[in-house]
Amino acid sequence: MKKTLIAAFICSLSATPALAKTEIQFWHAMGGALGEKVEDVVAGFNASQNEYQVNASYRGNYNDTMTAAIAAFRSNQQPAIVQVYEVGTATMMAAEGAIYPTYQLMEEFSKGFDQSDYLSSVTGYYADQNGNMLSMPFNSSTPVLYYNKGAFAKAGLPDRGPATWAEMEEFGQKLLDAGYACGFTTAWQSWIHLENLSARHNVPFASKENGFGGTDAELQFNGPVQVAHIEKMGEWQKAGIFSYSGRTNEGSAKFYSEECGMYTESSAGYAGINANAQFEFGVSSLPYWDNAIETPQNTIIGGATLWTLRGHDDDAYRTVAAFYDYLSDPVVQADWHQFTGYLPITYSAIKLSEEQGFYEQNPGTDTSIKQMTSVEPTENSTGLRLGNFPQIRGIIDESLESVWNGTASAQEALDRAVSRGNEQLRRFERANR
Amino acid sequence: MHDTVVFKNKILPYFLLAPQLIITLVFFIWPAGQALYQSFLIEDAFGFSREFVWFENFVYLFQDPEYWNSMKVTFLFSAMVAVTAMGVALLLAAMADRVLKGAGTYKTLLIWPYAVAPVVAAVLWWLMFNPSIGILPYWMKFVGHYWNHYVNAGEAMTVVVIASAWKQISYNFIFFLAGMQAIPKSLIEAAAIDGASPFKRFWQIVFPLLSPTAFFLLVVNVVYAFFETFGVIHATTLGGPDNATRTLVYKVYEDGFVGLDLGSSAAQSVILMILVIALTVIQFRYVERKVQY
Repeated sequence: MKKTLIAAFICSLSATPALAKTEIQFWHAMGGALGEKVEDVVAGFNASQNEYQVNASYRGNYNDTMTAAIAAFRSNQQPAIVQVYEVGTATMMAAEGAIYPTYQLMEEFSKGFDQSDYLSSVTGYYADQNGNMLSMPFNSSTPVLYYNKGAFAKAGLPDRGPATWAEMEEFGQKLLDAGYACGFTTAWQSWIHLENLSARHNVPFASKENGFGGTDAELQFNGPVQVAHIEKMGEWQKAGIFSYSGRTNEGSAKFYSEECGMYTESSAGYAGINANAQFEFGVSSLPYWDNAIETPQNTIIGGATLWTLRGHDDDAYRTVAAFYDYLSDPVVQADWHQFTGYLPITYSAIKLSEEQGFYEQNPGTDTSIKQMTSVEPTENSTGLRLGNFPQIRGIIDESLESVWNGTASAQEALDRAVSRGNEQLRRFERANR
Repeated sequence: MHDTVVFKNKILPYFLLAPQLIITLVFFIWPAGQALYQSFLIEDAFGFSREFVWFENFVYLFQDPEYWNSMKVTFLFSAMVAVTAMGVALLLAAMADRVLKGAGTYKTLLIWPYAVAPVVAAVLWWLMFNPSIGILPYWMKFVGHYWNHYVNAGEAMTVVVIASAWKQISYNFIFFLAGMQAIPKSLIEAAAIDGASPFKRFWQIVFPLLSPTAFFLLVVNVVYAFFETFGVIHATTLGGPDNATRTLVYKVYEDGFVGLDLGSSAAQSVILMILVIALTVIQFRYVERKVQY
């Protein structure tokens, strides 16, 4: 009896390698419905072939995931793929010994990789100075405006979002007059009202092409366009046209509860709003100041990309490349885009979504794509690449809050944020020289 | 002739102490040493370039007005938490001490919040005070006040103080009640016969006799407010608005775990370590010896 058991055990030992697939770890930061979708995509990949296996695991929010991956790298336990948010880009890029640039990986291990099919306004954020992709775009979004159609009708407003910020004021006031508690609220204030504001009006957020030209960049978001906008927002906060609800997307609650009739949020907020709003809503592009620019520039993206980490063998990287190929497949990509509201990363996925009639059935879902692709990006609207950006976002949040509660003027607050932010940039430059 | 017990075996005592010593070394001394070493370094997140910079991280901190602001916020916050938690607990203990019927039930209910995990407590308060969906801001609207602790610094501080103090009240309550019940009844009765009112009896007799307990609790509460309120702040205000509720511990987290600036974060931890050592010294030197009547 004992002998048979031992024999069975030995058999099972020797049998395992024959069945073994190459397994890699993929750490991501997508919780809730998005997390389930990621699991679906990964399961789809694992089922599509029998050589490779990707194990996805949720590691908390973006901060947690990035911190966990870096800690793991320092102790040689790193996953092959980690999802990192856009503000972590400069940190990842600076760690040349830790990352395996996507273009090199794909050249080496992928069969049909063609970078020209990827949306340049998406990949540009994550490319080196020669335009080579360093990380794999996964979930990218851009800010748009959502409005409550019922509220607009009640306030006697046309069925469209305000095109300019001046119109935003007018529409907001009409909503207040119609008895609504606030005109609009926002998510991600720094991203939408400073970073994207600067890009949309083609003014620099920082010197050195927004940091793409080197780590010695200096912040410049205390220029006249930004100050004028924040000053207006401060006035609107007092008047009730704008209502601040928090640093992330806490504003959703005010939009769902019909307290605020308009909401500036990421295009990826679509799924959530669709699920929670008990009213009809429209999507329109992010307003601009028509006295500052004639034709607005493109907006920039947010979200996250997949970074490949060094320290694994060729088999693992072959798996990573196969997984990236799978993610770029038009069918997979179009499904991901349509389900989540994230931007499609390839032109063929846009084309497929068009052919499937998705944009006709879901009006407004292509707003973000048009906003991103209608004009050629300039050096002010390609993206941002700043070290210690998580802290700088925090500093900006703090300063904006001091405008909303009336303790500082827009100019004072932005000047202070610039000088404190520059200290963070110098510290990053110091640590990475 | 010695009265003291002497171990003949030279190794056995060390062997018996070993588990405790190992735990202390592995979980306290070693990490503390690492933090100390890290505080003298400036390095990138992945640890590729590290540079030994002596006290540069500390100099940077002390020149940073935000650090001093955070220091101020922490002291203000701790004072408010300690005063609120101890004041309410003392009041409740004084009342519970006089209750004759159903005393057990009251006591159990008052001690109950202490069993709630800090994060759960924080989420409960976050829900109740949420400007959009919370019940308290909803009620406040009826009296014409629009509560929004995401904008208003004073309101944000109020939320974190209430949420932090609430949990600590139960702990303080147990100690105050035990302290009161240890006071000999004869003292209070004698005062009563001399014609002292209940209020006077409390201030002249009960309160002074409780002072060792109160001093002990003061230290414990301050340490609690300094080091154990991270969860509450993280769940309610995230340190905002404009840093109004960013305590020293929260700043360590922000710089170290969000910003990945390990050198500065370690330097801040070292300063906190010095603070907690100072508090412990006060506790042992001053409180335990001198505050006896």
